[in-house]
Amino acid sequence: MIRLEKRPQPSRAWSLATPLVAVLATMVAGGMLFALLGKDPVEAIRTIFWEPLFGEFAFYYRPQLLVKGAPLVLIAIGLSLGFKAGIWNIGAEGQYIIGALVGAGIGLAFYPLEAWYVFPLMVIGGAFGGWLWAMIPAYLKTRFGTNEILVSLMLVYVAEQFLASMSLGLLRNPEGHGFPGSRNFNSYDSATSWINESAGMHWGVVAALIAVIFAYVLLNRHMTGYHIRLTGEAPRAAKFAGVNPARLVLFCLGTSGMLAGLAGLFEVAGPSGQVSIDFNVGYGFTAIIVAFLGRLHPVGILLAGGLMALTYIGGDIAQSNLQLPSAAIQVFQGMLLFFLLAFDLLTNFRISLGKPEVA
Amino acid sequence: MTEVLLSLKGLTKAYPGVVANDTVSFDIGTGEVHALLGENGAGKSTLVKMIYGLVKPDSGEMTLRGAPFAPSEPRQARADGIAMVFQHFSLFDALNVAENIALGMENPPAMRDLAAKIREVSEAYGLPLDPYRTVGDLSAGERQRVEIIRCLLQDPKLLIMDEPTSVLTPQEVEILFQTLEKLRAEGTSILYISHKLEEIRTLCDHATILRLGKNVGECIPAETSASEMAELMVGAALTPPKRGKRDFGDVAMDISGLSVPSPSAFGTALRNVHLTVRQGEILGIGGVAGNGQDELLSVLSGEVLTEPDAVKLGQEPIGQLGPVARRALGVLAAPEERLGHAAAPDMSLTENAMLTGATREGLVKNGFLKWTAAKDFAQRVIKEFDVRTPGPENAARSLSGGNLQKFVIGREVLQRPEVLVVNQPTWGVDASAAAAIRQSLLDLAAGGAAVICISQDLDELMEISDSFAALNEGRLSAPRPAEGLTVEEIGLMMGGAHGMEVAHV
Repeated sequence: MIRLEKRPQPSRAWSLATPLVAVLATMVAGGMLFALLGKDPVEAIRTIFWEPLFGEFAFYYRPQLLVKGAPLVLIAIGLSLGFKAGIWNIGAEGQYIIGALVGAGIGLAFYPLEAWYVFPLMVIGGAFGGWLWAMIPAYLKTRFGTNEILVSLMLVYVAEQFLASMSLGLLRNPEGHGFPGSRNFNSYDSATSWINESAGMHWGVVAALIAVIFAYVLLNRHMTGYHIRLTGEAPRAAKFAGVNPARLVLFCLGTSGMLAGLAGLFEVAGPSGQVSIDFNVGYGFTAIIVAFLGRLHPVGILLAGGLMALTYIGGDIAQSNLQLPSAAIQVFQGMLLFFLLAFDLLTNFRISLGKPEVA
Repeated sequence: MTEVLLSLKGLTKAYPGVVANDTVSFDIGTGEVHALLGENGAGKSTLVKMIYGLVKPDSGEMTLRGAPFAPSEPRQARADGIAMVFQHFSLFDALNVAENIALGMENPPAMRDLAAKIREVSEAYGLPLDPYRTVGDLSAGERQRVEIIRCLLQDPKLLIMDEPTSVLTPQEVEILFQTLEKLRAEGTSILYISHKLEEIRTLCDHATILRLGKNVGECIPAETSASEMAELMVGAALTPPKRGKRDFGDVAMDISGLSVPSPSAFGTALRNVHLTVRQGEILGIGGVAGNGQDELLSVLSGEVLTEPDAVKLGQEPIGQLGPVARRALGVLAAPEERLGHAAAPDMSLTENAMLTGATREGLVKNGFLKWTAAKDFAQRVIKEFDVRTPGPENAARSLSGGNLQKFVIGREVLQRPEVLVVNQPTWGVDASAAAAIRQSLLDLAAGGAAVICISQDLDELMEISDSFAALNEGRLSAPRPAEGLTVEEIGLMMGGAHGMEVAHV
């Protein structure tokens, strides 16, 4: 009989190995899925993981990796801080939208002024918008004890209504012949987030890298990061150490909202280009997966964001080249998270074969 | 000795990394009260779990009335007439006594018949108990009665009792002993697990002493002195902590009229607590578990805030200050629960040293952590308090209870507190480590610090305290000088027999 035994100490080796094992298991199980659908499994896996990086059209796909990966990493870093402390911000998608709206609003208000300070002001606006939207669940939680999961999630749908209303009304392009959507930032030099469009470089990529370093230093070298980890591991010990839980909730939700807002601003002022009804494509939700895939570790999240972006782009290629249904690609991505969580068990437990015993 | 009821031969049980029982053999006679004596971790619990069918021995055999006996589960052991009263009760607060007892039975009779039977048994053994009372309203002593009656209804031949007196006041212990005497007179054997030597000397006919899983000796307790038994148990002569003569200084901490509502549904509210402790004084606070000990520690450590004037450090009101500010002023605390409260289980000892040491040991600068300094501090605690661990990078939960306790106490003592509050400082710690911890508290007081020691171990409190008070349902009795207090007086301060009727045997 197979039993699980708790390890006296979490295994470092397994903690590092689980993401790799999970990716391999996903390849095997996904390959079987694709084979059952009548596709060549090796070809499908190769298309998803190899084609975007080293295939014939890699020159086109590689910049796409940066474009897709940057917002995921930026948002996931913010979320991971809260998740580590047991504070669950599920509404990053909403903070992403509001950040984009506030930042874009500032940019559009200056149009067509060309000045160096337009973009920095938009960045501040984006951060502020995301922060503000996250402060709603934070305040309600600290003041009335509401559940931040529900409040932040519901605010996503409120934000989506705002977005629709803004792209049809206040922020609509006055020269757009009545079509919904704002002016395009790609033709407004002072307000674009692109650094080098053909290489996929925009300020969001830079911000994501800075966020990774910031989070790493915070968690390993700073008192606030120590308090975050302590609260997640042993809330009572955290109280004993002198952590103020309310302040921690405000910090974690505020920071994650700010980073999500920034991600939205960089997206609207660059890759997306304009405020439109279907501006948000689910980065805020996917980032939750990225945060866990990266084991809530800053460097892990950086790698996980890259991997997630890879499966998105590879999945698109597989859809068009191999006529794989999009649902199969989504199942494939779901498997990744599933296997990760399953293998994660081995960090704290070991499997032993033998007879069960009541201790 | 009369005829043998249960005979153990060469019982061995090993767990990964530790041999819990190593070829243990002894006999329990019919109608005998047999003591099983040993320190924490000596293997007492594993041994009785094997008898009760919870754990299967690796080798060795048992015979019950001459027939081979190898229970594979507790149900089988119960069918053979073995019953056990656990140290921690398994009762539902919201149900009444009869319902609780019915839950533990294979085929419970109708509630009315069961209630009548409970009455009958409880009166026969001098354990008065109303079957229709809700368990949540009963005192610890009365809950224990429920467990005992639950066992007696099975008409057991052998009753196993695991540390039964740890939750009782001295008066309640007296009542329990009368019941056990009656059971013995009827021919029921009792296996009595304890590390309290005086109890065993009064009650038991025979004692088996375990050390590190081995049977290291047997004795007739009435004919053996407590110190001889202690030496067998520990394996070395114990030096009791030395207390020098100390002069008390000014009042170090002053609590007046402190009332705090219960933080949770299962907590205890503190009611109008007054206490003062002077520099160089050790104030011992006794009481049965769950009478406000945790709550009192939280108020002193700053985890629960109060009116500024309710808690004063010298003249300075500190009731409104949180744990960090209090540490800066020199008020330190070591809570009872080691894993999860005093220390974070999955964090390393270095990280746990940071937990309370950050302020006073200067482990933090402008919000940035100095891990090298924290590691040095952890190493200092490990060295000076003889914490057995490969090094400070090990997780707190990988340490044994006693070693982690030494780390937790050492971490506070080495920060040179003005006032140190400890709750159950030697709980689950072996005798030599306990002596070392008590000595460190005495040394701290000798150096001029005020120490408040909350504990359920009366022997410990008598050994180190200068004055003694007791918590009972959130109220603190007026402190009295510890010297010259009798056991009866202490028992009354702890609430006496909590209104329990005395057995009419």
